[in-house]
Amino acid sequence: MADHGQHSVPHAPAGEFDDMELVHPKTFIGKYIWSQDAKVIAIQYGVTAIAIGLVALVLSILMRLQLGFPNTFSLIDPSSYLQYVTMHGMIMVVYLLTALFLGAFGNYLIPLMCGARDMAFPYLNMLSYWFYLAAVLILMASFFVPGGATGAGWTLYPPQAISPGTPGIDGGILLMFASLSVFIAGFTMGGLNYVVTVLQARTRGMTLMRLPLTIWGIFMATVMALLAFPALLVAILMMLCDMLLGTSFFMPEMLNLGEQSGHEGGSPLLYQHLFWFFGHPEVYIVALPAFGIVSDILATHARKNIFGYRMMVWAIIIIGVLSFVVWAHHMFVSGMNPYFGFLFATTTLIIAVPTAIKVYNWVLTLWRGNIRLTVPMLFAIGFIFTFVNGGLSGLFLGNVTVDVPLADTYFVVGHFHMVMAVAPVLVVFGAIYHWYPKITGRMMDDTLGKVHFWVTFLGTYAIFYPMHFMGFAGVPRRYYGYGETGYIADSMQTLNAFMSVAAIIVALVQLVFFYNLVRSYFHGREAGPNPWQATTLEWQTEHTPPRHGNFGAQLPVVYRWAYDYSVPGAKQDFLPQNMPPEAVEADDAAPRRSS
Amino acid sequence: MSMTVSLVFLAVLMAAFGGWLFSHSINVRPWEAQAAGVESRQMPRAATAPRVGLAVFLAVVTSLFALTISAYLMRQEMAHDWRPLAVPGLLWWNSACLVLGSVALQLAWRAARHEQPARLLRGLLAGGGLTIAFILGQALAWWQLQAAGHYLAANPANAFFFLLTALHAVHLLGGLFVWSRCLFRLQQGATPGAIRQSVELCALYWHFLLVVWGILFVLLLRT
Repeated sequence: MADHGQHSVPHAPAGEFDDMELVHPKTFIGKYIWSQDAKVIAIQYGVTAIAIGLVALVLSILMRLQLGFPNTFSLIDPSSYLQYVTMHGMIMVVYLLTALFLGAFGNYLIPLMCGARDMAFPYLNMLSYWFYLAAVLILMASFFVPGGATGAGWTLYPPQAISPGTPGIDGGILLMFASLSVFIAGFTMGGLNYVVTVLQARTRGMTLMRLPLTIWGIFMATVMALLAFPALLVAILMMLCDMLLGTSFFMPEMLNLGEQSGHEGGSPLLYQHLFWFFGHPEVYIVALPAFGIVSDILATHARKNIFGYRMMVWAIIIIGVLSFVVWAHHMFVSGMNPYFGFLFATTTLIIAVPTAIKVYNWVLTLWRGNIRLTVPMLFAIGFIFTFVNGGLSGLFLGNVTVDVPLADTYFVVGHFHMVMAVAPVLVVFGAIYHWYPKITGRMMDDTLGKVHFWVTFLGTYAIFYPMHFMGFAGVPRRYYGYGETGYIADSMQTLNAFMSVAAIIVALVQLVFFYNLVRSYFHGREAGPNPWQATTLEWQTEHTPPRHGNFGAQLPVVYRWAYDYSVPGAKQDFLPQNMPPEAVEADDAAPRRSS
Repeated sequence: MSMTVSLVFLAVLMAAFGGWLFSHSINVRPWEAQAAGVESRQMPRAATAPRVGLAVFLAVVTSLFALTISAYLMRQEMAHDWRPLAVPGLLWWNSACLVLGSVALQLAWRAARHEQPARLLRGLLAGGGLTIAFILGQALAWWQLQAAGHYLAANPANAFFFLLTALHAVHLLGGLFVWSRCLFRLQQGATPGAIRQSVELCALYWHFLLVVWGILFVLLLRT
C-alpha cells in the first residue's frame, strides 16, 4: 500500500469536539481504488456485493429451471443442483445481504448521519473492503476447481459436508472455509469501525436518542455480527481440523464403502449448535438494518415523526439480545431434550413481541400521514406486508409440534424467503432509490422504478406463496427431482412450472432496475441537495454528492431528533436536525424560508 | 448446558450495554429540540477511539474463546471417548513467562507516560522477549506431548488442547506484530509520548490474553 502522494490536512474543529485528520490522496488510484473515504468504500462494497448477488440470482434461476421443467436442461445434474443450492444460500445471506447492509449502507450512512468526517479508523476500513473482495474471489474460484463448489447446503453440516459423495469435497469445501474465514476477518475490521464511529464520532448534539433509526439498526446488527461470527469461525476451524488433521470434533465413526473413516465419537450436533449460534443472529443481522432504514423511509415519505421512537430503539436492542437465545429452534428435528425444545420455542415466540411493536409502530407512523407514494415509499410499504407474511409463518415453525412435520419441506423455504430474503431485498431497493440522489446527485426514473417495484413485489409472492402450500403437501426441499414419489400430487409440478416462470420474470425485471441505475447516473434529473425534504444530516451537506470529509469547514451541530416532520406551529413541514430552535419560522410568518 | 459459558458472557456484555443505554435514554425526550450540550457525546472522557476500538476487539476475542470453551465442555459431555490429558509441567514455566511479560509491558506503559525512553525500551524488550519465550515454550510442550504419544487426532482432549493453545498463541502473535511496530518506531527515534498510545494498547491486550490464558490453563488442569 504505497503512499500515493497523500498528505494530511487539518480541518477546523467544531466546538469542543475533536475533528479528525483525513488522508487526502491526489492520484486516481488513491481516490477511487485504495480509498480510505468511507463513501468510496461503501460504493466498492455495494458494487461487489450486487455483482456477486447477481451470480446467486442466476444460480436460483438455474434451480428454478430444473424444478419447473425437470430434466429439460442437460447442464443441470443432481450434483450441480446441490452446488447451486449451497452457493445461492451462502452468497445471498453472507456475501450479499450482510455485506450490503453493513459494508455498503453502513459505510455510506454512519459517518454522514452521525455528523462525522469519516470512519474512526479509515485505513482499517479500507482493509476491510479488500478482505471482503478477496473472500468473494476465493468463493468464486471454488466454481472452477476440480469437483466444483461445495454442495453441502449453506449450513455446511458435518459429517456430509466433508464426506465422500458430497459435491465439492476435493477443493470446493476448503475454498468455502477459506473464503468465510477471510470474510470474518475483514468484517471484524469493518465492524470495529462502525461501532467505534457510532460511539465516538457523533457530532456535537447528536445524543444517542437523536440518532436516526437507520444508525441504530446498523449499530446493533454490527454488535451482533461481531459476537456471532466467531461461532462460525470456531466451527470452521474445528471442521478443518477434522478434515485435514484427522481429529474427531464433529465427525462420528462412519463406514464408507465398507471402510472405517478413521474418525470416532465426534458430534455433528456440536457443529449445529455452533453454526446456529451464528446462524440465527445472522437473520437479525440482515433484518435490523432493514428495520432501521424502513423506519426512516416511512417517516420521511409520510411527513410524520416515527411513532414511538424510544420503543423502536429498545425493540431493536431487545430483538438483538433475544436472537442469541433462540438458535436451537433450527434443530428441533436434530434430537434434543424435549424441555429444551419447549424453552427454545418459548424464546422464539417472545421475539415476536418486540417485532410486533415495530410493525405496529410503522403502521401507526403511516396513520394520517401525508403519504407520498414515491418509489422508496412503495418498497418500504411492500416490506411491511412481506415481513408480516413471512413473520406469521415463523410462528408455525417456532412451535415444536408444528415444526416437526413441516421441517425440511417447502414451507420452510417459503417462510425464510419471505422474511429474510424478499423483505430485506425490498428494503435494499427502497434504500437505493432513497439515497441514490445523494450518492450521485441525480434522481432515478420514477416510472421505471414503479414498474420495477410492482413486478418485483407481486412476482415474489407468485414465487414464494405457493411454497407454503407445497410444504403442507409434504414436498421436501433441496431435492433435485421427485422421481416416483407417490404422495406428491401431479398438480405440484404445475405449480412448480408456474413459480419458475414467475421467477424468470422477476429476474428479468431487475434489468429495468439496472438500466435505471446506469441511465439515471448520466441522464437523471438533477436532484439538488435534499430532494425528499428529509431532516437527517446526510441531506444537509454542503455538496451533493458529499465530498471527502462530508461536511464543510465546520461539522454540523445537532439540535433536534431526526423526525421533526409536520411540527405544529412551524411553517416548514420538516426541520433539519441541524436547525437551531431560534431559526424555526413560525407558521404565520409571511416569507417562506428556504432550507 | 455448556453453551451457558457463552451465554453468561453475552448476558454480562449486554447488561452493561443495556444499562449504559438506559441511563442515557431514561427521562430523555428525544422530540424536544434543545441547544447542543457539551456532554452530548455521552462517553466517558477516558474513552478515546483507540481504547474503545480495543475494547470492542477484546469483546470479539472473548466471544471466540467463550464459544471454544463451550464447545470443549459440550464435546466432553456428548461422547464417552474423552480421556483427560496430563498437562505438561512445562506449562507452569510458560505461564510464569507470560505473567512477567505482562508486568514488563505494564512497566513500559508507565515509562512511556513518564517520558523515560530507556526504561520504555527495556520494558518493551522484556515484554516481547518473555512472550516469545512463552510461545516457544508452548511449542515445546506440543512436541513433548507428541513424543509421549499424545497425538492430536488420538483423542478429543488432545485435539482441544492443541486447538485452544494454538488459538491463544495466534492472538499473542498478532499482539507481537503491533509490539514490533512500537519497537521499530522507538528505534527510528519516536519519543515515548508519540508511541504511548500503542504501548498502552499492547499492555492492555497482554493483560487480557494473560487472563484468557489463566482461564484456559485452569480448564485444561481440571478436565
